[in-house]
Amino acid sequence: MLRRPRTPGQTFFSRLRTFFRRRFLDLTFLGITLAVALGLLALLTAFILVLLNASRLAIDRFGLALLGEPRWAPSAGHFGFLPFIDGTLITAAVGLVIAVPISLGIAIFLSELAPRWLSEPLGYLVELLAAVPSVIFGFWGIFVLVPVMRTTIDPALASANASVNQALHVNIPVFTGPILGSGVLTAGVILAVMIIPTISAISREALRAVPSPQREAAFGLGATQWEATRISVLSYARIGIVGAIILGLGRAVGETMAVTMVIGNSDFVPTSLFSQGQTIASLIANEFLSTYSNPLTASAFLEAALVLLLITLTINIGARLLVWRLVRSTGGGGIE
Amino acid sequence: MKFDRDARRRVFNWIVGVLCFLCVVAALVPLLSILYTAFINGGHVLSLSFLVSKENNVGVCFPGDPASCSVGGIGPALYGTGVVVGLASLMSVPVGVLSGIYLSEYGRNALGRSISFFTDVMTGTPSIVVGLFVYATFVYIARTVVFSALSGAVALAIIMVPTITRTTEEGLRLVPNTLREGAYALGIPRYRAVLQIVLSSGRSIVVTGVVLAVMRAAGEVAPLLVTAFGSSLGFTGVNEPAGLLGPLIFFDATGGSSLLVSAAWGASLVLILLMLGISLLARIALRNRFK
Amino acid sequence: MLGEPLTRNNVNHDGAPSKMVVEGLSAFYGSKKAVSGVSLGFREHTVTAIIGPSGCGKSTLIRCLNRMHEVVPGTRIEGRVLLDGEDIYRQDRVSVRRRIGMVFQKPNPFPTMSVYDNVAAGLRLNGMRKRAVLDAAVTKGLKQAALWDEVKENVYGPGIGLSGGQQQRLCIARALAIEPEVVLMDEPCSALDPIATAKIEDLIFDLQKTYTVVIVTHNMQQAARVAEYTAFMYLGELIEYDRTEKLFEQPTQKLTENYITGRFG
Repeated sequence: MLRRPRTPGQTFFSRLRTFFRRRFLDLTFLGITLAVALGLLALLTAFILVLLNASRLAIDRFGLALLGEPRWAPSAGHFGFLPFIDGTLITAAVGLVIAVPISLGIAIFLSELAPRWLSEPLGYLVELLAAVPSVIFGFWGIFVLVPVMRTTIDPALASANASVNQALHVNIPVFTGPILGSGVLTAGVILAVMIIPTISAISREALRAVPSPQREAAFGLGATQWEATRISVLSYARIGIVGAIILGLGRAVGETMAVTMVIGNSDFVPTSLFSQGQTIASLIANEFLSTYSNPLTASAFLEAALVLLLITLTINIGARLLVWRLVRSTGGGGIE
Repeated sequence: MKFDRDARRRVFNWIVGVLCFLCVVAALVPLLSILYTAFINGGHVLSLSFLVSKENNVGVCFPGDPASCSVGGIGPALYGTGVVVGLASLMSVPVGVLSGIYLSEYGRNALGRSISFFTDVMTGTPSIVVGLFVYATFVYIARTVVFSALSGAVALAIIMVPTITRTTEEGLRLVPNTLREGAYALGIPRYRAVLQIVLSSGRSIVVTGVVLAVMRAAGEVAPLLVTAFGSSLGFTGVNEPAGLLGPLIFFDATGGSSLLVSAAWGASLVLILLMLGISLLARIALRNRFK
Repeated sequence: MLGEPLTRNNVNHDGAPSKMVVEGLSAFYGSKKAVSGVSLGFREHTVTAIIGPSGCGKSTLIRCLNRMHEVVPGTRIEGRVLLDGEDIYRQDRVSVRRRIGMVFQKPNPFPTMSVYDNVAAGLRLNGMRKRAVLDAAVTKGLKQAALWDEVKENVYGPGIGLSGGQQQRLCIARALAIEPEVVLMDEPCSALDPIATAKIEDLIFDLQKTYTVVIVTHNMQQAARVAEYTAFMYLGELIEYDRTEKLFEQPTQKLTENYITGRFG
C-alpha cells in the first residue's frame, strides 16, 4: 500500500475513507475490464452454442450424414454438404499449392536477400494486398482473372493434361471438362493471391527470429547466401513457417466474397479443376437469402455455418499454437 | 580437397535470388492489376455528385438517348456504410479497448494468456459465419430486426472486437514499465495510472488499430448479406435494412448491365483509395512511434 | 608466394614465413572506427593470441581475417589482409572462408542436425556426397577436436544434445572437417566451464602442428598457456606484438604493462 504524506486537516477516518474508495475504484476497474475480456470468451462459446441450437432441426433430421451426401437440392428435400466440403477443400488446396512457394520466396527475399532500403517498401506493398477487400478481389476476378484463365491458362493446362494422358495411356481428369474461365481452379488462384500476404508476413517473422550466430556458423564454413539460408535459417524457422502456412489455410477456408464471384456457383461435387463449384462459405452467401423462409432449409444452412466454424477453429487453434510465441514476441497484434 | 563446384554454387545462388525476387513480382502483379483496372474502369465515373448525391438512380435514362443513362451515385451507400460502421464502432471500440487493457495490464497470468490466445483465434473466424450467428441470435431474441442496420452493425462489431482487443493489448504492452512504476511511486491509484498515463502513452498504436479495424469493417460484405440486407435507400432507420458500399459493389458487379458495372468500379475505386490511404497513414504513424 | 616476415616492436619471426599478413587494416561500423591502422603478421603453424580490454577491437579484427565482418550491413574496411601473399578481399569470399575457418564465442551447432551432419555440413556444402569420404572426414574432424571418444557411440544424435564444452568442440570439428589452412577462434572458451576450457586449450595447442591458429581471448593466462605470439590491442590500435613470454615479462609499452598488471581492463 502506498502511503501518502499527511496533509493537515485530514483525520484518520477521512484518510481511511479515501484509501478504501481508491481500492474500490481500482477493483471496479479491474472488474469491468475483466468482465469484458471474459465476455470475449463467452462470445466464442456463444458462436458454437447459438449455431448448434439453430441447426438443431437439421441435425435431428439428418445428423452427420449431411457431410457425406453429395446431392444438394433443398426444395426436393436433398441436403448434402459434400459438394461444398469438396469445394472448400479443393479451392483451399489449390490456393496453398500456389501460395506457399511464392510466399516462401517472398519471405526469403525480403528477410535474407534484399537490402533494407528495398525490403521495407516491397514488404509494405505485399502487405497492402491484405488491405484490399474481398469483394473487390472478386470483382477483379470476374473481369480480369476469369477471362485470362479462360483464354490463356486453362487451355494450356487442358492440352498439357491431354498430352500427359495420351503419353501415359491414362485418364487423369485434373484439367478436363468445359472451359468457362470460372471454377474451382480460378477460385483457388484468387485465394492464393489473398493468402500470400498472411503466409509471407508470418514466415518473415519466423526467419527474422533466427539468431545471427546460426547464420554466421554457415557463413564461416563458406556458404553462399542461399546455402546459409537453407542450412541454418530455414530449418530453424521450420515451425514458424508451418504455422504461417496453416494460418493461411484457415483464411482460405473462410474466404467468402472473392470465391463466390468466380467459382461458378454450381451445387455439384466438382469432378475436375475446371468444374464450377461452391464452397461452404459461398453457398451461404449465394443461397441463404432465397431459402431462409423454410425453417428446415435455414437450419441446414446454419449447420453448414457450424461445420465451417468448427473447421476454421480447429485450423486456427492448431496454427496459433505453433505461431503463438513468434507473433507475441514481435508485438504483431495486427497480423492475422 | 577438390572444389570444382564453386562456380556452380555461385550461379545457383544467383538463380535462387532471382526466383525469390520473381515471387515478389508475382505477388505484386495482382495488386497493380487491381489498381489499374479500378482506375481505368472506375475513374471516369467519379465525380462529386457520384459521391454525395442523394440519388441512387442507376440506369435511369432519358428515353431514346442511350448515352444519357446515368450511372447513379453511391451517396446513399456511403451514408449507410458510415452509419452502420459508426454504430458498430460505438459497440466494438469500448469493448475491444477495455479487454485489451485488461489483457495488458492485469492479465499477465494463465487466464489472460488463454483469453489472448482465443481472441487471436477469433480473428480468423469467417465473417459469413459471424453474419449467420447474428442472424440466428436475432431470430431468437428480436425477430423484427433480423434484417436491419442494427444487426449489420452488431455483426461488424463482433468482427472488429478481436482485432481491436489484440492491437490494444500489444500496443499497451509496448509502453515501458518504468512509466507505470513512476506513476505508482507518485501514489497514483492503479486504475488512474492505466487510464491516464498508460493509455495516453500507447494512444497512437491503439488508435491505429481501431482505425484499421474500422476500415476493414467498411469493406465487409459477407456478413452484411445475411443481416443488413442491402437496399438502395441508404440508411432509413436502425431497424430497417440499409444500403451499404460493400454489398452495393457485389450486386452491381454481378448485376449484368454495364452501367451497374461501371458504378461498381467507381465504388470500388473509392473503397480501394480509402483503404490504401488509411493503411499508408497507419504505417507512417506507427513507424514514427517506434523511432 | 609467401609474404615477407614482418618486423614490429623488435619482433622478428626468426626468418619464419607469415601465413597471414594484415597491412594497415582499419575496420568501420558505419562511421565508427573499430580497428585503426593495424599491421602484423601471423606466423605459420603457430598459435597467435590477441588480447586487450573490452571494446579494443580484437573481435572486429579477427572477423576481418575471414571476411565475416562484412556479414553485418554498413561495414567496410581499409587496408589489406593477405593470405599467402594474396589479398583475401580481392578473392571470392566463399573460397576464402573455406581456407580460413572460424569458431565463435558461443557454440553454435546447427540445432536441427545430428553430430555427424554438423561436422559434415561444410563438406556437403562443397558438393561432397560420397559416404566413404564423409565418414572419414567426420571421424578425422572429431578426433582432431578431441570429441571422437565421447560421441562415437552416438554420432547420429542431435548436435545440441551435447554439453557446452562438447558443443564447442563439435563446432571446432565442423570447422576442421573442411581442412582449412588457418583457424580463427573468437573467445572460444568464454562461455565454458574451467574443465571444458582446459580440454579446449590442450586442443588448441595441438592444432598448431597442422594449422595456423589465431585466437582472441580476454583471459591473459589463457594466452600465456597456449600462444607462442601475442598481440595487445587497445582502442582499435595494435599497441604491442611479441613472443608471449617477452610480452608478459618485459613489455616495451607502458600501456601493455598496465594492462598486464591489472591496472585496467
